[in-house]
Amino acid sequence: MTELSLVQAVNAALKRAMNEDVRVLVLGEDVGTDGGVFRATEGLLKLFGEQRVLDTPLAEASIAGASIGLAVQGFRPVAEIQFTGFAYVCIDQILNHASRLRARTRGRLTCPMVLRSPAGGGIKAVEHHSESPEAMFAHIPGIKVVMPSSPTRAYGLLLSAIRDPDPVVFLEPTRLYRAAREDVLDNGAGLPLGRCLTLRAGRDLTIVAWGAMIKEALEAAGHLAAEDVEAEVIDVATLKPLDSATILASVERTGRLVIVHEAPMTCGYGAEIAARVAGRAMTSLLAPIERVTGYDTMMPYARMEAHYMPNVGAIVAAARSAMAFT
Amino acid sequence: MLGKRLLCVLDRDGKLVGPIPEFARVPTELLRLYRALVLTRTFDTKAIALQRTGRLGTYASSLGQEAVSVGAAAAMAKSDVLVPSFREHGAQLWRGVTLKELFLYWGGDERGNDFAGPREDFPNCVPVASQAPHAVGVALAFRLRGEQRAAVCVFGDGATSKGDVAEALNMAGVWKVPAVFVINNNAWAISVPRQKQTAAATLAQKAVAAGIPGEQVDGNDVIAVRAVTEQALARARQGLGPTLIEALTYRLCDHTTSDDASRYRDDAEVSGHWPTEPVARLRKFLTDSGHWDKDMEEALLHECSSAVEAAAAEYLATPAQPVSAIFDYIYAEIPAELAEQREAAAVHAQGDA
Repeated sequence: MTELSLVQAVNAALKRAMNEDVRVLVLGEDVGTDGGVFRATEGLLKLFGEQRVLDTPLAEASIAGASIGLAVQGFRPVAEIQFTGFAYVCIDQILNHASRLRARTRGRLTCPMVLRSPAGGGIKAVEHHSESPEAMFAHIPGIKVVMPSSPTRAYGLLLSAIRDPDPVVFLEPTRLYRAAREDVLDNGAGLPLGRCLTLRAGRDLTIVAWGAMIKEALEAAGHLAAEDVEAEVIDVATLKPLDSATILASVERTGRLVIVHEAPMTCGYGAEIAARVAGRAMTSLLAPIERVTGYDTMMPYARMEAHYMPNVGAIVAAARSAMAFT
Repeated sequence: MLGKRLLCVLDRDGKLVGPIPEFARVPTELLRLYRALVLTRTFDTKAIALQRTGRLGTYASSLGQEAVSVGAAAAMAKSDVLVPSFREHGAQLWRGVTLKELFLYWGGDERGNDFAGPREDFPNCVPVASQAPHAVGVALAFRLRGEQRAAVCVFGDGATSKGDVAEALNMAGVWKVPAVFVINNNAWAISVPRQKQTAAATLAQKAVAAGIPGEQVDGNDVIAVRAVTEQALARARQGLGPTLIEALTYRLCDHTTSDDASRYRDDAEVSGHWPTEPVARLRKFLTDSGHWDKDMEEALLHECSSAVEAAAAEYLATPAQPVSAIFDYIYAEIPAELAEQREAAAVHAQGDA
């Protein structure tokens, strides 16, 4: 066991994956000599050489597009897009090609690639560096969307993403890159994709979150425990495909649901979870489903960022409201 | 290079105007090319007829541009990979995609992309230019594995206005990957003529900015197209990097069967281009050089027509896929939630309220 930050855990997973499978390549802007702007790929160039760690020209669409060509040819490219604000031009490649090649060719061509990108706010970055576009990606059939919430989970989920036979968009919470640290066992074990992780058990209320918001969700659960409200905290981890069963089973027990995400509320991923719970566990619900989310606004610049992000107080308030409903 | 030289072997009357490449000294090779041009055009005619009678979907004709397609594909090795747009039926047929597969694709059946022949070739790319970066990735894969293979990417004149092409040429140049980019410059991007597409004097000169060679070739001269593509592929295989080829041709047809080109261009312009079209040009050369006559022509037309009719009949007799096929290829392993949708779709498919 070594104590690693989340970005170091990403680095460890990349190293592990590259060691175990020569088909794994890393490409992106500044991923080579510089080791990535967040150092996620630090040391990889030295270890694996420029045949496997490729600094690309500044061209996000083609980073995704070239990765598709590599993946179809049997490589396992792991592309880094420096910030999700620059990943939107990749959506053409992901939506029109990576996600569809298997189906279009009836399984003849496949696209086992990973598109990694730091996502979310809270680091007082310059504009276009702090958004949470997970719902946009989760709307695309044929890809998987993963968002880890801790170093251990980043390590295990990234290994599984790289080993997955289908394209995976892997969104890493920037705010946790250095802030989250824990002992990580670098043993090559992947965490299964498509499974929610129950991080805290509770009988009264279910809090569902993912990515960096897990930190606030767990803290809120701590506060609620002091009020004798036992909150269950579920880390969605893989947004697509969604493990509805774990969420439904929890809500069937607790009867109350608070969904937390950083992205704007309208058409946010919380809407999907709420619809599923309303559709399948209606009779278990004891209170309206609460959503604690970012606002339907532009992500404010750094000075106002904290007012945009859902905080522990807002989650606790939503939980109290759900508990008080009769 | 770069628009100063337009490579041409046969003029519009089928007369030799340039040095004849090695392959073109072998009559059987020329006959193979001629057969491919005729087969492509026969397929094209049938596809339009099927569409007009409601038995095929919207179809993008390649009328007049067959030499670009056939010439580029004929230069390729079997193990190379074709990354086409949606108008390169001639290239696909040359590489072993079957007529039935083409009919299936344009008839709205994904199985048309499951090529039994060229297993690694990409399917058609409808979002213009977005296939160009794929060719860079494919070619990079070849380079990384040390293989003597290359990717050939074909796109239209309109595609050269898009960022994807600029990015792909640039990336291919930086990495010196074995890729050849062929522009099927048919002078029209639906209703927008070439001169409204770019202020650049040639499309080939777009290579300059990427630091790679750019060539113009007479795209109605199948011999020239094959020759220039062969040279580019030879460079690629020697590790010298990518090439951009601008093949100048003319879209004698509508953009697709959903288009009506008379809305935006004069018939006179179109008829002015018929004397330069590629099939008659090669036929004249073959006839003049004593390798072709009327009987051979009739026999070939009959052979192509039979093949196309048989494939069309096979296509029309192919039952649609089961409803479950909508779901079966989305992921390697179907997620639980999608399996539920698959079951629901099977029930809805029964049609009962």
